[in-house]
Amino acid sequence: MTTAVEFSSVARHFGSVRAVDGVDLAIREGEFFAMLGPSGSGKTTCLRLIAGFEQQTAGHIAIFGETVDGIPPYRRSINTVFQDYALFPHLNVADNVAYGPMIRGVAKAERLKAAEEALELVRLPGYGSRRPSELSGGQRQRVALARALVNKPRVLLLDEPLGALDLKLREKMQDELKSLQRTLGITFVFVTHDQGEALSMADRVAVFNEGRIVQVGTPEEIYRTPKSRFVADFVGSSNVLPPDMVEKLGGPRRWASLRPEAIRIVGTGRQAKVLDHSFLGASMRVSLDLDGHALNALLPGNDAAPATGSTVGIEWDAGALHPLEDEAS
Amino acid sequence: MTASALPPALPPAARGGIAGALSDALWRRPRLLLFLMLAPPLLWLGIIYLGSLFSLLAQSFFSIDEFSGLITYEWTLKTYGELLHPANLDIILRTVVMAGAVTLGAAVVAFPIAYYAARYATGKWKALFYLGAMLPLWSSYLVKIYAWKLILAKEGILNWIFEQLHLTPLLEAYLALPLVGGNSLSVSYTGTFLVFLYVWLPYMILPTQAALERVPSSMLEASADLGGSPAQTFRHVLLPLALPGIVAGSIFTFSLTLGDYIIPQIIGSSRLFIGQAVYAHQGTAGNIPLAAAFSVVPIVIMGFYLWMAKRKGAFDAI
Repeated sequence: MTTAVEFSSVARHFGSVRAVDGVDLAIREGEFFAMLGPSGSGKTTCLRLIAGFEQQTAGHIAIFGETVDGIPPYRRSINTVFQDYALFPHLNVADNVAYGPMIRGVAKAERLKAAEEALELVRLPGYGSRRPSELSGGQRQRVALARALVNKPRVLLLDEPLGALDLKLREKMQDELKSLQRTLGITFVFVTHDQGEALSMADRVAVFNEGRIVQVGTPEEIYRTPKSRFVADFVGSSNVLPPDMVEKLGGPRRWASLRPEAIRIVGTGRQAKVLDHSFLGASMRVSLDLDGHALNALLPGNDAAPATGSTVGIEWDAGALHPLEDEAS
Repeated sequence: MTASALPPALPPAARGGIAGALSDALWRRPRLLLFLMLAPPLLWLGIIYLGSLFSLLAQSFFSIDEFSGLITYEWTLKTYGELLHPANLDIILRTVVMAGAVTLGAAVVAFPIAYYAARYATGKWKALFYLGAMLPLWSSYLVKIYAWKLILAKEGILNWIFEQLHLTPLLEAYLALPLVGGNSLSVSYTGTFLVFLYVWLPYMILPTQAALERVPSSMLEASADLGGSPAQTFRHVLLPLALPGIVAGSIFTFSLTLGDYIIPQIIGSSRLFIGQAVYAHQGTAGNIPLAAAFSVVPIVIMGFYLWMAKRKGAFDAI
C-alpha cells in the first residue's frame, strides 16, 4: 500500500513554543485518518504542514513519495476544508466551487458544469446562484467540501470539519463524510478534538499530546488498549487507577485503565459508595468511591438508579483492568 | 432543603433621587433616549448643513446681470450654461483629472502600508502605525503645504538631493515634459499632485486598513490551497474584499481634491481648480450664482462616482 503522507522527525517551533516536536507519521493511501488531541497538542499545525501553510523547522514531509519541503500550498495537489469554511463572500456558491478550476484556466462553461457536479455530490444541487451568507452552517460546510473536491485532490484535509455544527447535523455529516470517502477513495485526513468523532469516522487515529504523537492505531485499539494515562483519559474518559490501587485489585504494580462501561453493579463484590448519578438516556453515569478513589461507571439506562449515599457491590471482567505503559513512580 | 441554610440574597443596588428615576424612565423608553441623543445632531445637520446646501443649490439657478452686476432672482439655467464655456470646462476637467490621479496614487501608496498594518503589525507596531498615519493630520494644513513648497522649490531639498546624486539632468528632463513639467516642481502639476497625495493619504490608508483587517487569513489560505498564486490571490480575493475600503478612501481623496482651493493656489501652475474658481467668483467677482454652479459640479461628480462604484460591485463584499 502506498504512503500518502509521510512525516520523518518533523518539528515546527514558534519561537520557544514547540507546537510540533519530532513527529513520525505515515498516512496510507485511501484511508480515513484522524488526528485527535486537545487544543494546543499540535494536530492542527500538522495539518497545516501537510497543506503547506506552515513550513517545518526540522524534518521532512513527503506526499506520495515526493518531498514537499519548501513547496508552497498552491503547488500541492492537496485541498483543505477549513474550520470556518473560508468561503469567499464576494462570490456566489457556483463561483466559490469553481474557484480552483478558474485558477487553473478552465473555461467558464466547463468549470461551472464541474461545480454543479460537485454540488450534486454534496447534495446541494441548484444552490449555485446563492451567496454563502444565505446558507446555513451545514450547507456552507457542504459548499466548502464541494469546493475542495472539485479539484480532485489526492489528499483532502479537514480541519475540525464538524466543530461548528449542532449535534444532529454533526451525526448526519459524519455518516455522509464516511460514505463520501468510501465512494471517492481519496485519502481523508481530519483534525478533531472530539474523541467520539475520531473513533466513529476514522480507519486509524493518531492521538496527539504536547506536540507529539502518543499513539497511532485503529479506533478499537486506541479505545480498548490505550498505551498511556493520557490516551486512556482523553479517549473515552476511562478510569485511570494508580499502581498501588491496581496492585490491591489484583493486577501488576502499574497504572491501569478501567472502562466505565466495564463496571457492573452486583449484590456482592467490592464495596463502593454511590456519590451521585446522572441519567444520559441510553445509559446512566454513576460516580462511585472505591477505597477513596473516584470511579465512574456507565450502566445501562434502564437499570434502576442506585440511591445516592448507599453502598453497592461492583465487579468487572478479569481482562477489563488494562495496564498502561506509564512508569509506576 | 431549608431556607436557613442559604445566606440571605443581596438586595439590588439602591439608586434613589432624580438621577435614579431618570435612568429608570429612560430604561423603560429606549426610543426616547435614542431621540434625545439624535435630535441635536440631526437639527444641526438638517437646518445648518442641509439648509445652506439647498440655499446654495437655489443660488445656482439664478443669474447675474452682466451690466449692473446684480443678481436676478429668476429661475434660469443660464449660469449652468456658463459652466460650458471652454475656460470653465478647462477648470472642471483639470480638477477631475487631478482628483482621479491623486486617488489612484493614494490607493497605490496606501495599499502596502495598510496591508502591513492589517496583517502583520501587532501591539506596539500597530500603535506606531496609527500614530504614523494620523500624525500628518495633527499639524496645520498650511504649515504642511509651505513645508512642501520648501521641499519642491528650485532651491529646495529635492533639487539638492538630485544634485548630490548627480541626477539633476534627470529632473530637468522630467520638468521639460509637457503638462506634468514646469519651471520647477513647486510650480508644476506634479508638485500639486505630490502635495495632494501627501495631505489626503491618511484618509486612504485608514479605511483600506480597516477593510483588510476584516479579511480572515483563512480566506487567503483557501485561495492558495485551491491553487491560487500570490498574484492570483491578490487579484481574485484580496482586492475584491478590500475594495469597499479602497472605495471609501477614494471618496475622501477624490472629493477633498475636488473641493480644495488652497493647495493649487500655493503649489502648482497658476491655473485654476474648481475650488479656486468658487472662491474667486463668490469673492472679488461677486458672481454668487456661478460660484454656486461651480460648487454643484463636485456634488454631481461624486454622485455619479458612487453610482458607478455601486454598479461595479464595489460594495458587494460589505
